[in-house]
Amino acid sequence: MALNIAVCIKSVPDPKWYEKITIDTKTKTITRKGIPSIINPVDKNALEAALKLKEQYGGKVTVLCMAPPGAKNELYEAMAMGADEAALLSDLAFAGADTLATSYTLAQGLNKLGKFDLVLTGTESADGATAQVPAQLAEWLNIPHLWNVKEFVLATEQEIHAKVKMDDAVGEYVIQLPALLAVSREINKPRYTTAMGVMKARKKTLTNLSKHDLDVNESLIGQVGSPTWSGDISIPSLARKGQELIGTPEEIVTQLIAKLRAAGIREGRGMVNDASGNLGSGRTDG
Amino acid sequence: MTHQGIWVVAEQTVSGISRVSFELLAKARELKEQGRVQAPVTAVLLGENLDDYYSAKLMEAGAETIILVDHPALRYFQNETYAAVLKALAEERQPSIILMGATAAGSDFAPTLGAKLRTGVSAHCVDMRLNEEGHLVAVVPAFGGKVLGDILCTNFRPQIATVRPGILGKVICFMHKQCPVERFDITDILAQDQGRVKALGITYEEMKGVPLEEAELVVAGGFGIESKEIWQQLETLAAVLGGAVGCTRPPLDEGWAKESQMIGTSGKSVRPKIYIGVGISGATHHICGMKDAGLVISINKDEKSPIFDVSDIRITADAAAILPLLIEGLQKNEDDVIC
Repeated sequence: MALNIAVCIKSVPDPKWYEKITIDTKTKTITRKGIPSIINPVDKNALEAALKLKEQYGGKVTVLCMAPPGAKNELYEAMAMGADEAALLSDLAFAGADTLATSYTLAQGLNKLGKFDLVLTGTESADGATAQVPAQLAEWLNIPHLWNVKEFVLATEQEIHAKVKMDDAVGEYVIQLPALLAVSREINKPRYTTAMGVMKARKKTLTNLSKHDLDVNESLIGQVGSPTWSGDISIPSLARKGQELIGTPEEIVTQLIAKLRAAGIREGRGMVNDASGNLGSGRTDG
Repeated sequence: MTHQGIWVVAEQTVSGISRVSFELLAKARELKEQGRVQAPVTAVLLGENLDDYYSAKLMEAGAETIILVDHPALRYFQNETYAAVLKALAEERQPSIILMGATAAGSDFAPTLGAKLRTGVSAHCVDMRLNEEGHLVAVVPAFGGKVLGDILCTNFRPQIATVRPGILGKVICFMHKQCPVERFDITDILAQDQGRVKALGITYEEMKGVPLEEAELVVAGGFGIESKEIWQQLETLAAVLGGAVGCTRPPLDEGWAKESQMIGTSGKSVRPKIYIGVGISGATHHICGMKDAGLVISINKDEKSPIFDVSDIRITADAAAILPLLIEGLQKNEDDVIC
């Protein structure tokens, strides 16, 4: 059976550069000037999972991204990794979307591109990290979904068996196709892009889709279609007035043990409760 | 607005109710008082075999009314059924705010519900308040916690928000009063379930030592732990101190630590009385997960590590040089301590 697979990716500022992010206190906007954009890391795991399925069962892998026009670089990278084609949803009317409006727009994009057996995404984005788009996209598409999938197999032509990461546990599920799976980073190791892949990508199709190309209800896209909106933003200061312990390793360790004792540590017995009240900014509420 | 009151969606766990449910109930009571909300704080619990123990626990933690949805079909979390049940309840009762724990299940449950109800969800709030008009203002982190932003959902109801376990921290204990406990029947809802997703079961990880979120002392290791031997020394140190072991991404990638040990925005938030970071440089997303610790001690050989800015005690040294001496020193001293 050949599988028609869609992978939704997000273009995000490279997490290695987060220290450089500043906010403009006057306009209350985030300044990310000069910070390069990359494919959201875990979305590459979703793409890798799609490419593996295609290798095994045949079919087609389409990558979709909603972003400003510059994100075509990320889509070409996805095609260099092996995706067959790509589509970029780009329109000023899509801007300012929260997760509900974003997932609606992605759903309309997917509906435009075809009928997919499987939609794959990463669990969450590195920047916003709400992890909400996968579930909401599945709702708009009216297909079942699983989130935080660490392993899955196609059990039959209509069913996937999946292992889902829970809190200190793993859940096992069966899900009917067509379905959406949001995969976690331990599912696989994304392949590297090769020079050959980059060359092939140039010959592949990248479709640009604006709101006019889609069957969208304008009250559901962009800022207008977003139930949530952003108020004030701030960069919290977490600085502590630290004390440096200096000397030879032996001297440092002696001082450190004294500090730990003062903080209530008794070796092998954990904390001694009555000594713990005099700690700086810690919790006091048990 | 016809929508009224604050709901907390509690979560059944293998050993009772998740702690974050109680943290949310405490917050809900605080919001109710702050916003002079008339309607009672309602706890909603979905699960199986929900006996009096559950209602007593929820009441003790601050619930003023309780809705129990008890059915074998809710034994395991399953997003379609769970969201269908809560959607039906929310449409019938019209709460103004729904708070949920951003556990693994809650992180999927909340957006699914939000989409079904066509309303807004604020994910992973670190704080929340009601503004003068009575709207929920949810403070959420972005860029790994580097930036905090207020999120509002003024024109849609209910306003849904999730909070990660351990972020609010505070749990309250009310003296027993009676509170109404209602059981909600879901026979009709289940009849409409298409069975597109089925939960087969759940396997729990074997837990070693103290759970990370509950530990009063955490020893965490990162990129600066250069070998498995040094990682084992770090585990020994935690054992000697009676604490739990946490990590950043690199030890996880090396296979020394488990996913459940990761501290940070995409892992766990901890607030131990003492945090000892060894070989951790202090990327924003890690700091976001440990910033509320009491005493922060950091050992790193790079004096420019950002973790030092948020530390109470700084030690510029190689983990390999400090760990064996520290373990030895603590073990030696143990013999002459009388307490």
